[in-house]
Amino acid sequence: MLLAFDTATPLVTVALCDDDGTVVAEAISERPMKHGEQLAPLIAAVLDDAGLVRQDLTAIAVGVGPGPFTGLRVGLVTARTLGFVLEIPVYGVCTLDVLAIEAVDTGTVSGPFLVATDARRKEVYWAAYSADGERLDGPHVARPADVVTERPVVGEGSTLYPDDFLVSASPHRPSAGWLARVVHGERAELLDPEPLYLRRPDAALPGQPKRVS
Amino acid sequence: MSDGPLVLGIETSCDETGVGIVRGQTLLADAVASSVDEHARFGGVVPEVASRAHLEAMVPTIERACETAGIKLYDVDAVAVTSGPGLAGALLVGVAAAKALAIGLGKPIYGVNHLAAHVAVDQLEHGPLPEPCLAMLVSGGHSSLLKVADVTLGVDPMGATIDDAAGEAFDKVARLLGLPFPGGPHIDRQAASGSSVAIDFPRGLTSRRDLERHRFDFSFSGLKTAVARWVEAREASGEPVPVADVAASFQEAVCDVLVRKALDAAQTEGIDDILIGGGVAANSRLRAMATERADALGIRVRVPRPGLCTDNGAMVAALGAELVARGRTPSALDLPADSSQPITTVVA
Ligand SMILES: [Zn+2]
Repeated sequence: MLLAFDTATPLVTVALCDDDGTVVAEAISERPMKHGEQLAPLIAAVLDDAGLVRQDLTAIAVGVGPGPFTGLRVGLVTARTLGFVLEIPVYGVCTLDVLAIEAVDTGTVSGPFLVATDARRKEVYWAAYSADGERLDGPHVARPADVVTERPVVGEGSTLYPDDFLVSASPHRPSAGWLARVVHGERAELLDPEPLYLRRPDAALPGQPKRVS
Repeated sequence: MSDGPLVLGIETSCDETGVGIVRGQTLLADAVASSVDEHARFGGVVPEVASRAHLEAMVPTIERACETAGIKLYDVDAVAVTSGPGLAGALLVGVAAAKALAIGLGKPIYGVNHLAAHVAVDQLEHGPLPEPCLAMLVSGGHSSLLKVADVTLGVDPMGATIDDAAGEAFDKVARLLGLPFPGGPHIDRQAASGSSVAIDFPRGLTSRRDLERHRFDFSFSGLKTAVARWVEAREASGEPVPVADVAASFQEAVCDVLVRKALDAAQTEGIDDILIGGGVAANSRLRAMATERADALGIRVRVPRPGLCTDNGAMVAALGAELVARGRTPSALDLPADSSQPITTVVA
């Protein structure tokens, strides 16, 4: 049984997928930005819903972003620690790839397209995909005005910046069910569970101590 | 003591990723990974740098603690974690890891107060805490006087800093003197060859008027400014700055105020035992001065060894083990990381 979750957007999404690739339970958080509070209860809830126990888990899939750092780390440290305790493998997938595969498989896009999610500070995380969902460029972080495209844009970026992303396509939020399908079918590159920060930490080197007299 | 609950504790409130393992009041492992070197050039802890380092260090540090303790993770009876106070993003990494452990092991989780853990850690070295005791916690993040009747139930705050923490003052003065971050150990080392009476630096909140309102509170910002002024005047006159003397006189002023107020608080409350914890408790002059002056008053002083004074996982495990031993209710899985968790909340 594969446990999948993603915390790279304001929401937390969790799913369980059996060995045939069937999603048997899925849950999504209701309060945005509370990743640390919601992820663990949701994992417990999907196990409960499916009538399973932690020993039934055989692998973990986690979205590695890019996404806001604080939430992203909650997902990654949870995946790594749980994988370590249960002695099961942990697979990372670029969160944008999961949105792309869902868009291709559900037929919301035909032809090349982009995925863009909210990077805050008036920027987006984005990547470009071929018609069959192969990532051709990215992920990057940039201002929407610098990415302007007429191709369809999947992900929340398209609803946040309609002036720059003229054609919006579903889905707008990542789903752990699709993350599980992507890993089960190896539909995207499987990565180590390392965060895709794309930005360096904000830190200024100190100047001379201020004079007081 | 070879029995008692086996508890794993995680601490990530600042720049140390700490994982400790305790059985009852016996320390089995205290693994710490520090990102302090990555912060040194910034002259202080950069929260995002600390959070990133916690993520990378978490699993290796848990693994190292288990190896040192010679235990299997699934033998653990409970997981404890610092839920606050501290840096929000840093706390979150530890809390999430602790929850993953709790789920993976099917064991309870205790989200505990960082300050209460600084108190509880002394049990690992000096045995059961006297009840009540007077705790003085001094570090880069906190400076508090606390009355502790039962560390698992709550602590009464008696006083705290109204501006800088004691450790912060050490860092700032070290920077003025051109000493590296973190400043505490460097000031301590320099002070050893200086004169503590060379310069008469001010003792904050000790005047009669201040004592009326702030009897057990601390203030170190005025002291830091006084040191800066003195150093600038020296430089302006073209004379060399006697670094050792400044360090020793500054350190003496900080320790004098801390010890005076701690003893006053203990005597006021009729408490015979003082416990000193936090990173500044590693300062050699503070340890010596506290012991000497307390002896004269018939008050006992307990200070854990320096490795247990600075932030670590053992202190969290120690408090966790005490909570389990006393049958306290664990936290829920939606436990938040609370950067300003009040000192009166021992378990979140
Ligand atoms: Zn501390």
